[in-house]
Amino acid sequence: MTYEHRIDKDRCKGCGLCVEACPKDVLEISSEVNSKGYFPAFQARPEDCIHCAICCTMCPDVAIIIREIEEAKVSS
Amino acid sequence: MGKAFQRPEALAENHTHYCPGCTHGIAHRLVAEVIDELGIRDRTVGIAPVGCAVMCYNYFTFDFQEAAHGRAPAMATGIKRVRPDLIVFTYQGDGDLASIGMSEIVHAANRGEKFTTIFINNAVYGMTGGQMAPTTLPDQRTTTSPFGRKVLDTGMPVKVAELLAALQTPAFITREALIKPKHINKAKKAIKRAFTYQMEDTCFSLVELVSTCPTNWGMTPLEALKWAEEKMLPYYELGELKSPEQAGR
Amino acid sequence: MAKVLMKGNEAIGEAAIRAGCLNYFAYPITPQSEVAEYLSRRLPEVGGTFLQGESEVAVSYMIFGAAATGERVFTTSSSPGISLMSEGISYITAAQCPAVFVNIMRGGPGLGGILPSQADYFQSVKGGGHGDYRLLVMAPASVQEAVEMMMEAFALAEKYTNPVMILGDGLIGQMMEPVEFPDELKAPPSNKDAWATNGMGTRNSKERNLVKTLYLVPEELNAHNLKLRDKYRQMERDEVRFEPYNLDCDYKVLIVSYGTMSRVCRTAIDNFSEKGIDVGMIRPQTLFPFPLEAVYQAAARQGCQAVLSVEMNMGQMLEDVERAVKGKRPVSWYGKCGGEVPTPEEVMEAVENLMQ
Repeated sequence: MTYEHRIDKDRCKGCGLCVEACPKDVLEISSEVNSKGYFPAFQARPEDCIHCAICCTMCPDVAIIIREIEEAKVSS
Repeated sequence: MGKAFQRPEALAENHTHYCPGCTHGIAHRLVAEVIDELGIRDRTVGIAPVGCAVMCYNYFTFDFQEAAHGRAPAMATGIKRVRPDLIVFTYQGDGDLASIGMSEIVHAANRGEKFTTIFINNAVYGMTGGQMAPTTLPDQRTTTSPFGRKVLDTGMPVKVAELLAALQTPAFITREALIKPKHINKAKKAIKRAFTYQMEDTCFSLVELVSTCPTNWGMTPLEALKWAEEKMLPYYELGELKSPEQAGR
Repeated sequence: MAKVLMKGNEAIGEAAIRAGCLNYFAYPITPQSEVAEYLSRRLPEVGGTFLQGESEVAVSYMIFGAAATGERVFTTSSSPGISLMSEGISYITAAQCPAVFVNIMRGGPGLGGILPSQADYFQSVKGGGHGDYRLLVMAPASVQEAVEMMMEAFALAEKYTNPVMILGDGLIGQMMEPVEFPDELKAPPSNKDAWATNGMGTRNSKERNLVKTLYLVPEELNAHNLKLRDKYRQMERDEVRFEPYNLDCDYKVLIVSYGTMSRVCRTAIDNFSEKGIDVGMIRPQTLFPFPLEAVYQAAARQGCQAVLSVEMNMGQMLEDVERAVKGKRPVSWYGKCGGEVPTPEEVMEAVENLMQ
């Protein structure tokens, strides 16, 4: 099973809870502001992501989702 | 390894007005996940408090009522008594539940009204700008205790879960936290257990959730989580205080 | 239909059941605790719901929660208890839910006394709670009328999705009179699915309902208030009720009086008639909407010299009577407080003073 980790950067309020909680140090806060004036989180090292969904658990804004995708359609 | 994760159906799509890092968002999502998993959305009625979560009805996709300050347990009583088949929960903060609404929650719990209360304890009045709450810790500075809460003047913080657990009527009373992922996972289990008791018509349930208020504590969201862990957890101990099984239910 | 001798409080409780309301939440307070005592036995007999709440404050919100699910519900209380419920009443009116409140008035203000009064006129008619809201207020003058008004109250509350208040007093509550419960007054079912939070499954709907009173956007709150006001205007057009007494003569003084006080005035008027003196009366049966036009017409009649508002308070309905009469005739007040009920002779003396 392959997973796609996606952060909705306009839902994110840049609180940092996910960055702190990630066991693989994948996430960082971006220096690019979003449409609401927040600096959202992003995957700085996506290749290290194990899709444990701990970031999703911590996120108060459901800004992070993880989708199951088929092998043939893995997005870069 | 890995797993999928998406927004529960019981949670609305819109962005919340809550501050960055506010644990209301986590609590809302847990309640919505539980409602989805138990398949009860079409017979659930939530009751919103007065507090930061006054408009929490905007974030859920099922029937909701908006209560006056502190009165949600009375409204829940009204609903459950006339429509016992509906699943009813109140979602309340410290001012709402432990100050103005103290009589309503104690009596509803004592009568054993079979609804569920999610109690967000963040040791401060959030919506009105950070005043002292009954749950504010000793020496904690708030806008109405600018020199720190003076216990000799205003007493010790109220431990709501212990207070309600002391009542003789069987109930499910527990306290969890929204601080670390492991706490949040336990909190979800507690919420699910509470709603399940209601589905089985067993007892009143209260799940107290130690939460943060970064804005009114004057901290970043991460600092607030740390403060909650270091300062609140020693006083507001986590774990189950009372269960209906103890009373043989 | 057989008539039954019943105490007012018990008849009011029974009337709700006969109207099709099987849910009651209340708190004891003299002089109306018998309603709760009666219903605590009677409601289980008919499969209804009875709960004694921990305070009137809590009860008013139990009423709100239950009413918001679309179920019929009512409560009874007395003056200080109604003060406590006033916030809840403001909320229920703002949320546009039907409910019935009964106030068996006692002496006030404060803890006051336990004997009858009419001192909550302002509270009921002008709003004891905050904000722009009105209650449809009906004032019975006998136990039978209390029964009929109670039975009609539920249909009216549902017609307007607004709380209705029955304004009685300790005499109505405590006295025993023969009553019958007319079947035709049972409230017909009404459609609550449009607004009630009764569960999406109950309505077979994917749309949820929301019962709220918060409108932070000023334009929305203004629009909401205009909508509420339109309802009250419709009540003013369609729901005015009053009873004329002895107006088919050249009365010199017009009495305006309601509830049990009006019965004393009726005796005073009959006593005057025996002496060949004409006095007329308008008895408002709805206090909101007030029979403004009827009072004006009766006061403006040729030969009428003065208007007397007779009430068991310090002059509350007086202000609506003055408003109705629009300065056409002098308007005075006579009354007593604290549970003292004026006698027919005292009313006659007050009328005679006006005639000089």
